[in-house]
Amino acid sequence: MHHYRLSAFKISYSYLLTAIILFFGHVSIAQDGKALFQSNCASCHNPIKQVTGPALKGVTSRVPDQKLLHAWIRNNAAVLASGNKYFNDLYNQFSKTPMNTFPNLTDADIDAILKYIETYPEPGPGGGKGPVDMGKAPESDNSLLYGILTLILAVIMLVLMQVNSNLKKLSDDKSGIPSSDPIPFYKNKVYISMLVLVLFVLGGYYLVEAAIGLGRQQNYQPVQPIFFSHKVHPGNNQISCLYCHGGAWDSKHAGVPSLNICMNCHAAINDYKGEPLSREDGTTVDANAEIQKLYSYTGYDPASGKYTRPGREIEWVKVHNLPDLVYFNHSQHIRAGKVQCQTCHGNITQMNEVKQFADLSMGWCINCHRTTKVNFPDASGNGNKFYSIYQRFHQDLRTGKMDSVTVEDIGGTECQKCHY
Amino acid sequence: MTEKKYWQNFGEHNNSDHSKKLAGDEFQEEPPLFSFDSKGLLEMKTPRRDFLKYLGFSTAAAALAASCEMPVRKVIPYLNKPDNMVPGVPDYYASTYVSGGDAVSVVAKVRDGRPIKVEGNELSGITKGGTSARVQASVLDLYDTARLRYPVQMVNGLPKEVTSFEAFDKLVAGSMAGQNGTTVLLSATITSPTSKQIIAAFLAKNPGSRHVQYDADSFSGMLQANEASYGKRVIPSYHFENAKVIVSLGADFLGTWLSPIEFARQYVSGRKINEKAPGMNRHYQFESMVSLTGANADQRFTHKPSETGAIAVGLLAALGGTVTAPPALSEKLKTAVAQVAKDLNAAKGKALVVSGSNNINVQIIVNAINEAIGANGTTISWAAPIQTRQGIDSDFSTLVTDMNDGKISSLLIYDANPAYDYYDAGKFKAGLSKVKTSVSFNGRLDETSELCKYILPSPHFFERWGDAEPKTGFISLMQPVIAPLFLTRPYEESLMKWSGNDQSYEEYFKIYWEGKLGGLEAYEKALQDGVLEPAQSAAAAGSYNSSKLGDAAAAIASAKKSSELELVIYQSVNMGTGAQANNPWLLEMPDPISRGTWDNYAMVSPKFLKDNYGIDLSDAPQADKFEVHPERPVIKLKANGYEITIPIVPVPGSAEGVLAIAVAYGRESADPKNTASFIGRAVPGAGRNAYPFVSFNGSTFEWSAADVSFEKTGDDYAIAFTQTHNTLEGRTSVIKEMSLGQFIHNPDEVPDEREDELKKFGGIENFEKEGTLFGYYDKPGIHWGMSIDLNSCIGCGACIIACHAENNVAVVGKNEVMRFHEMHWMRIDRYYTGDYGNPDNVQTIFQPMLCQHCDNAPCENVCPVSATNHSSEGLNQMAYNRCIGTRYCENNCPFKVRRFNWEDYTQADSFPNNQDEHGVGRLNDAVLMMNDDLSRMVLNPDVVVRSRGVMEKCSFCVQRLQDGKLKAKKENRPLLDMQDVRTACQQGCPTEAIVFGNINDSKSKIVKTRVDNHHRLYHVLEELHVLPNISYLAKVRNPDTEANA
Repeated sequence: MHHYRLSAFKISYSYLLTAIILFFGHVSIAQDGKALFQSNCASCHNPIKQVTGPALKGVTSRVPDQKLLHAWIRNNAAVLASGNKYFNDLYNQFSKTPMNTFPNLTDADIDAILKYIETYPEPGPGGGKGPVDMGKAPESDNSLLYGILTLILAVIMLVLMQVNSNLKKLSDDKSGIPSSDPIPFYKNKVYISMLVLVLFVLGGYYLVEAAIGLGRQQNYQPVQPIFFSHKVHPGNNQISCLYCHGGAWDSKHAGVPSLNICMNCHAAINDYKGEPLSREDGTTVDANAEIQKLYSYTGYDPASGKYTRPGREIEWVKVHNLPDLVYFNHSQHIRAGKVQCQTCHGNITQMNEVKQFADLSMGWCINCHRTTKVNFPDASGNGNKFYSIYQRFHQDLRTGKMDSVTVEDIGGTECQKCHY
Repeated sequence: MTEKKYWQNFGEHNNSDHSKKLAGDEFQEEPPLFSFDSKGLLEMKTPRRDFLKYLGFSTAAAALAASCEMPVRKVIPYLNKPDNMVPGVPDYYASTYVSGGDAVSVVAKVRDGRPIKVEGNELSGITKGGTSARVQASVLDLYDTARLRYPVQMVNGLPKEVTSFEAFDKLVAGSMAGQNGTTVLLSATITSPTSKQIIAAFLAKNPGSRHVQYDADSFSGMLQANEASYGKRVIPSYHFENAKVIVSLGADFLGTWLSPIEFARQYVSGRKINEKAPGMNRHYQFESMVSLTGANADQRFTHKPSETGAIAVGLLAALGGTVTAPPALSEKLKTAVAQVAKDLNAAKGKALVVSGSNNINVQIIVNAINEAIGANGTTISWAAPIQTRQGIDSDFSTLVTDMNDGKISSLLIYDANPAYDYYDAGKFKAGLSKVKTSVSFNGRLDETSELCKYILPSPHFFERWGDAEPKTGFISLMQPVIAPLFLTRPYEESLMKWSGNDQSYEEYFKIYWEGKLGGLEAYEKALQDGVLEPAQSAAAAGSYNSSKLGDAAAAIASAKKSSELELVIYQSVNMGTGAQANNPWLLEMPDPISRGTWDNYAMVSPKFLKDNYGIDLSDAPQADKFEVHPERPVIKLKANGYEITIPIVPVPGSAEGVLAIAVAYGRESADPKNTASFIGRAVPGAGRNAYPFVSFNGSTFEWSAADVSFEKTGDDYAIAFTQTHNTLEGRTSVIKEMSLGQFIHNPDEVPDEREDELKKFGGIENFEKEGTLFGYYDKPGIHWGMSIDLNSCIGCGACIIACHAENNVAVVGKNEVMRFHEMHWMRIDRYYTGDYGNPDNVQTIFQPMLCQHCDNAPCENVCPVSATNHSSEGLNQMAYNRCIGTRYCENNCPFKVRRFNWEDYTQADSFPNNQDEHGVGRLNDAVLMMNDDLSRMVLNPDVVVRSRGVMEKCSFCVQRLQDGKLKAKKENRPLLDMQDVRTACQQGCPTEAIVFGNINDSKSKIVKTRVDNHHRLYHVLEELHVLPNISYLAKVRNPDTEANA
């Protein structure tokens, strides 16, 4: 029995280890190709769908000449000029929409992209990878238990006190000490004052909690004018966050993308073929109707492929609101701090409609600033050279006085880093 | 140095009771709700019941506020985002500030499509990146609520909208058709090459028409004198940097004369002290009033304006010029002239004399003087003449006569407002009514426009293409930095349309410059740079002829003799000629000399007050009685047949028997009820018009008057002064000054004094650590520091307005300034020294005062909620949202640089009726104007708009510091000194008086400045061990000690 369990553990352990190694090995290769595809090709191509350009899956069998394919991807104009029939036909088929040139892609890059394309899974239910759970595991909540315990103890205490007073009365009667009539418990001053005290503490606690929570909107999930699903876009279709929220790279505002960015893809994509979408309340969403809404905002006529009416702006409901007294800069966090979007916005790729993940309270900011390490340059010169001016910290790091420098150490919790 | 006494006001000079009280009580009023007296709690003015009422209200308000739901906020992206802009990231575009003839190359900071800040263009060879207060404030003019929003036709004195340009063109064409008189284009000096070409084409299409240039602050005298002496009707460029001796005969070349930004920089470059070889230029000022330039002079001589010519002739004679019968001078002036002449003679070829007079004869004499001292070709160059003033006074005077004679049938007016700023405005108005077709291109319904029949507003210079040529060959270009806010059209385009050219001005401009520069690429490069300049050429001499000299001297000799009381009309540094009269930033900026705001007044000598009102300012109780109240006696002043009632203000250093009044105030529509809506809401009540005191002598306008009479009215008028606000409790050791001779003789005077003071606490070296019980706090990475060179600071106030614009500083209005509530984060303290009984003896010193960011700050210790505390970068931080408004910090600040929001100046509060304060005074209309949606477009989105009840102060432009650091981090490099991070005041300063940087970086300019100037370095109130992060460099003056010995 014992022996059997041990070997079973051993088997499953080695199996797990292999799986992990395989999984990560696989991921690292696929990631390269995927990343390259997302940054270079995804705005016009989809592996399995015809968008601005053709569906790419199977391209290596359609164009068996690897050299030609590489040449085409790098500089399609040259290939077209050389009179290649296949590509010229393709060009005409796509109404002579020119493809961008990518002179900087190496052979290895292109191979990685092609590999990614060819291994791209056929669509099917549950085709995407399982979500990475960004939220914390639900903590076991003991407050109910404590509450019941407290209540039981309080009842016991009351009973004991009652018993005690009864006994005292009995003994007083016995020893002839005259005693007053028993006071009903609801008139007992001790009980009343205790009750008042408890109510005061509880009331105060909830009042303060409520006051602190004023203006906070954690889990805010308003209904938007268009059912835009982040689960579909950065999730299933793995569009980079910065493709639409490019402001996050340069500016304090991440920005909501202008409609021309939507239309980069949606000029071609007018048909949603993914898994059915549903709202929080369970009602299903007609995704194609939502795409039509975008067309109505932009004045696009998908039949003719032209903008036939004047466009109008979409009034999105802002989800993440910081008070005016806070200065927050996206580019600071993303570029200098190298913080991932998900750290503050949660598992956005699993959200259909965006929900506010963090409470965006000052305590939440400060906690992160206290624990986050700064990208301090090390002995080999990696890290941000800006921090070279912190000479004392460098010395302390060398002598081992400090093991790392946090945002707080360089003043990241001081008032005027965010309030001015 | 030590024997001098410095004072900001008369009370301080006399150490009067009130002055002491003022120093003790920083807050001039009781708290508004509870006035405690000795009668006990229940008998207070605010008894228990009221207290309960307030308590009840606040609880109810808090409960109400708490139950409010969060508003739903919308975010609306672009439909089609322009490629070159990222929301939240400012773009910078080169453009040109144009006002009157003035043209200054600037760079506009554009944030999300809105220009919010003006900086100088560092590529400009003229200003080299310097600005003035008016340039800094010009961005607010763009968002002026009184700007005309569409073309109008005036019907019965009221504007009627014309809905399109086509309709307007038709109206004007109809009106001009079949006219038989002359067409005249009237404008301020135009330096723009394209505009001049368009005007020429327009004039050619309309035979007999002419272009008249009219400058409110005319340089006609100089232009015509130069024509007489040099054969050219132009103004040469000046090179103050080459001059060792500078003599100004009433020219305020640092404040308002010709090209003050350029001259200030040149002038100060000759006054920066190199401690290894100390030397500086010497500056004499002859003047009748205290000007900004006079305040900076090494030696001032006061005189009556009628003596100007005699002084010039006397000086020429003393320099050996051939002058027959020089007019007599007073003993005092005779000595002065002799002393100055001796100095000038010694510095031949390195000397310069300038005169602010608009009299041809005086300027001819000055030309002769400059010829005699070898200035022609050295300090005066004819290589690139200044073009910013070309108006000839007699041309305009002829035009007015022609108009009245009915000879003018069409008058087109651009950028000129003679109905206000012409001395005989009545005659102009009468003439205008006889003109059949009058069209104005001015941007608002000013005094002239409202009398015209048709008005087509021209856009602000930030909304248009354009060019300017302030000096020959020095081009400065404009490009639109915002789409036109209103239905406006450049006047050039109208002229083109009306002369049959259907091109747009934009096309015309592009074709012109592409042709000139040879291609699109060069054109775009020029637009990006904003300037097109020739290589710096050597100074060139003009060919001088002295034929008119004798006549000029004779004319001066026979000129009217001086009278007992005379009058000078001047331009104030902040308001200039009055083109920006509806700019609350400028109106609220304290005058550098008088420190008055929102008004003009007659500056008089203290002696005048004593003689006429019996108020002896050297007598402490009397001085108190006078100075405590903002009310000043009002006189009825009469000169040149014009009469106004105006308050008088005693200013030490004013010449005896001379009154001085600034122009640019007292603007008013024909129907005064319309002033607020036509000219602007900040205008009503701001001063009185002094232009009618100007006179015409037959060839030029004279900005002075003799035979002035006055009578006392017995009335008083309150002026909002800031001179007694925020006193430093008599600790005037804040100023350190010495003469060049002293400095050379004993360079260690300042360090010795400091060492002496700090000896007990470890001396200068160890003072920081040993002078305190508290610990020493490390500044591990950056330690910000600032150095202000009092020798370079001329007190012009560009920094004040730069700070205003950058940091959303509130305008509080006259009423609130009078209640000591002004909000300027930065002020320029003006100290006097010397005996004010002798105007020539009074000297003025300016000291920019802002939060000193003390490393051991007294304000931080007393804050009960830690709303103000210290950062590891040495900043004294202020968290507005934490502040509960106890004002302890302000009380405990020895520098008095903290500002409290007493009222809801910005409408930032959630209570809508917060601004209707019937109980404690009302906010002026100008303040409410600043809350208009249009005016608010100027706000800097990176800086919080503060609400009522919180304290604020200089933050060292922390938003810029953070931005600079972030830029360096993104680019993975250390901070670049003087490039990544500059404060607004530093960047705006025309003389580079302010240096800012990281003092932990041994290679930074701030460290270099402090090390190289350690003989002059000091901290204000250093002995308090507050450890300011701002250091000052002591002022050095260069008087002729030999002559004064």
